[in-house]
Amino acid sequence: MRTGLIGRKLGMTQIFSEDGQRLPVTLLQVGPCRVVTTKTTEKHGYEAVQLGFEEAKSSRVNKPQRTEFAKAGVPPQRVLLEFRVNDASGYQVGQTLTADYFQVNGLVDIAGRTIGRGFAGVMKRWGFKGGNASHGAHKVHRSPGSIGQNQSPGRVYKNKKMAGHMGDARVTVQNLRITNVDAEKHLLAVMGSVPGPAGSVVTVRDAVKKVEQSGNDQK
Amino acid sequence: MNELQQFEQAGLRADVPKFRAGDTLRVHVKVVEGERERVQVFEGVCIGRHNAGMSSTFTVRKVSFGEGVERVFPLHSTRLEKIEVARMGQVRRAKLFYLRGRSGKATRIKEKRD
Repeated sequence: MRTGLIGRKLGMTQIFSEDGQRLPVTLLQVGPCRVVTTKTTEKHGYEAVQLGFEEAKSSRVNKPQRTEFAKAGVPPQRVLLEFRVNDASGYQVGQTLTADYFQVNGLVDIAGRTIGRGFAGVMKRWGFKGGNASHGAHKVHRSPGSIGQNQSPGRVYKNKKMAGHMGDARVTVQNLRITNVDAEKHLLAVMGSVPGPAGSVVTVRDAVKKVEQSGNDQK
Repeated sequence: MNELQQFEQAGLRADVPKFRAGDTLRVHVKVVEGERERVQVFEGVCIGRHNAGMSSTFTVRKVSFGEGVERVFPLHSTRLEKIEVARMGQVRRAKLFYLRGRSGKATRIKEKRD
């Protein structure tokens, strides 16, 4: 397991494949990521690397963190995330990882924060049909209807689909195929959609369930 | 130009002629029949364009054996061999959906002369 990379979603567009098919792709800016810290089993009990993404003004970073960045010899970073790896000794503090870390046609998992939809009703949140628009329907057009049975069980079941907060949750989309890699511009294009609005921070890592297709040579 | 537009730039066709709604077009489409590939021409009036960078499309309408046929082509598709402007039309709308409700003489479009 290698580390993933941090990036930003730029938006969606489409490209044409060689046989003329239209493919929906999401364009991401991935990296450059700097290795800020490595964690080892001997010292921390597990293997991981901490990556920084996007330089920040040092006044935007709190003092303890500023010291950490200075120790690593890396300018202050806006996003700092940790990735579990099999062997952290393969990474040097200060090392820069760019988009060419991934290969065209490889599969990746991408995680992001979905667009927040606030307190949403059951029609939007769970796709319920709602009530009648007419036929004497009164105040029940978007209501869920019955939420249970009678005296037995005498309660509403756990995990009953009801209205509530929707979105703004971390979601991972698995097995997205990489269509383009541009290390110079730090761009990565993957087929399909990625959670979150354009401009949001995402993490990209080798497909967990299909490692052999990730294009990852250091298995 | 943002990163997304720059990325699209690479895939855009350079050979798109200038045309707008009302023009009569001859669209040369590559068609795969079994093993062979040949070019089919779809000729009709452009009734609208949808401008959206790489995702741009245009709609061509023709009346074939008395039946109205409309096709939406991706403007930058690699399956289009070429787009020819057969005739320029003079119209006052960007979308000519009113043609759908008309037939025969009423669908005539004045030719643009410049």
